[in-house]
Amino acid sequence: MTDLFSKFDPLIQQREELLSTGVTDPFSLVMEEVKSPTVAICNGKETILLGTYNYMGMTFDEDVIAAGKDALEKYGSGTTGSRVLNGTYQGHKECEEALREFYDMDHAMVFSTGYQANLGIISAIAGKGDYVIIDIDSHASIYDGCAMGNAETVPFRHNDVEALEKRLKRLPADAGKLVVLEGVYSMLGDLAPLKEMVRVSKEAGAMVLVDEAHSMGFIGENGRGVCEEQGVIDDCDFIIGTFSKSVGTVGGFCVSNHPKFDVMRRVCRPYVFTASLPPSVVATAATSIRKLMHGSNKRAHLWENSKTLHGGLKALGFELGTETPQSAIIAVIMPDLAKGAMVWEALLEEGLYVNLAIPPATPAGMTLLRCSLCAEHTSEQVQDILGRFERAGKAVGII
Amino acid sequence: MTDRNEMFEKMKGLIEPFNKKGAELSDETTFAGDLEWDSLTVMDFVAEVEDEFDIIITMNMQAEIEKVGQLVDAVMKLAE
Repeated sequence: MTDLFSKFDPLIQQREELLSTGVTDPFSLVMEEVKSPTVAICNGKETILLGTYNYMGMTFDEDVIAAGKDALEKYGSGTTGSRVLNGTYQGHKECEEALREFYDMDHAMVFSTGYQANLGIISAIAGKGDYVIIDIDSHASIYDGCAMGNAETVPFRHNDVEALEKRLKRLPADAGKLVVLEGVYSMLGDLAPLKEMVRVSKEAGAMVLVDEAHSMGFIGENGRGVCEEQGVIDDCDFIIGTFSKSVGTVGGFCVSNHPKFDVMRRVCRPYVFTASLPPSVVATAATSIRKLMHGSNKRAHLWENSKTLHGGLKALGFELGTETPQSAIIAVIMPDLAKGAMVWEALLEEGLYVNLAIPPATPAGMTLLRCSLCAEHTSEQVQDILGRFERAGKAVGII
Repeated sequence: MTDRNEMFEKMKGLIEPFNKKGAELSDETTFAGDLEWDSLTVMDFVAEVEDEFDIIITMNMQAEIEKVGQLVDAVMKLAE
């Protein structure tokens, strides 16, 4: 018998090698208690959370929690059904209405996760004979959406406008084309030059989908994302987003002004063939989205945190993923996997949680300690974080 | 149409900067096995080939190409 698992041997070996150095397993951390958006108890120790994507700190917002409790009592714990059958409650419609208002767009469609939103929309709209043109650093859900559809996939070098333009020009003029971009790329926290990319895409007659998962709520005048900030939101045909970051719960969505958008509800298989979000989740999401419309003070504080952490880490001598703070993600580049795991562990012992990101999820085989800031981190916490990084970095000998 | 030998030599020239193992190049040389390229190297190399011949090699096509000879044939067809 051929063991179908033998293809995973290199991965199993990579993990065994890492653990054989005696380092704590970075991928089986348990949070025993969660005290706030920024503090949890891990291994019995109070730990500052700096790797949660909980950018706007909405997870413990009083109004959000009250809305969830109320929906849980009124509508029960789950819908046990697809959106197109018995899984659309009043709350799902209200959540879509909140999204339409937030983005000022005609249509909004809520999926059970952000992953499914990309998977469903990309695989449904780009069919046989069409082309999907994607940045090589795209999120797994984008690659999987391409693999699930029958379109031809054309990757181009990360954030390279010229590489995108050249490829668009080589494609048949009359073929259907979808360019898929992200506002913020989550590994390094860098922004896409959407202004130029959307322009060259439109000139080539392509439709444009932008994933704004990591920008919602704090980039752009109304928190609509990098496409709003760079003034091209009206040229984006589809915006994909998630509830599992700034919104503070789980779920995904697509908003659009396409007049025929509603047909997506019948042709997106990851929308049709899965159970809808529980009533409490859509109620918390809707409440959170409405509060994010008025979150400018929190937004300003989040930017201040991002600038302080970026500047502080740079001054300590760490190598960072971006020259300047561009988003709420700050990636600290580690010399290799072993050192990365050691610093990660030293930080955890200091009471600081960050994400350890390793190949193949990272670009160019890098090992990263990825920090994501929260609007609820106090200025004192950010100073604390810098002190912990300094001690951990010196203990391992990388600064 | 370009002569196949000529195309093979041109391809060899494009592969060389990425041929860190110094592997012998023939029609039968495989990218994953003999050259030991990871997915990132493949992406970079494909971008070079695309720009050199002003063509597109989609990911769907890339999945079918395992050997240097297959790439030479595919590029000759695309560049026609």
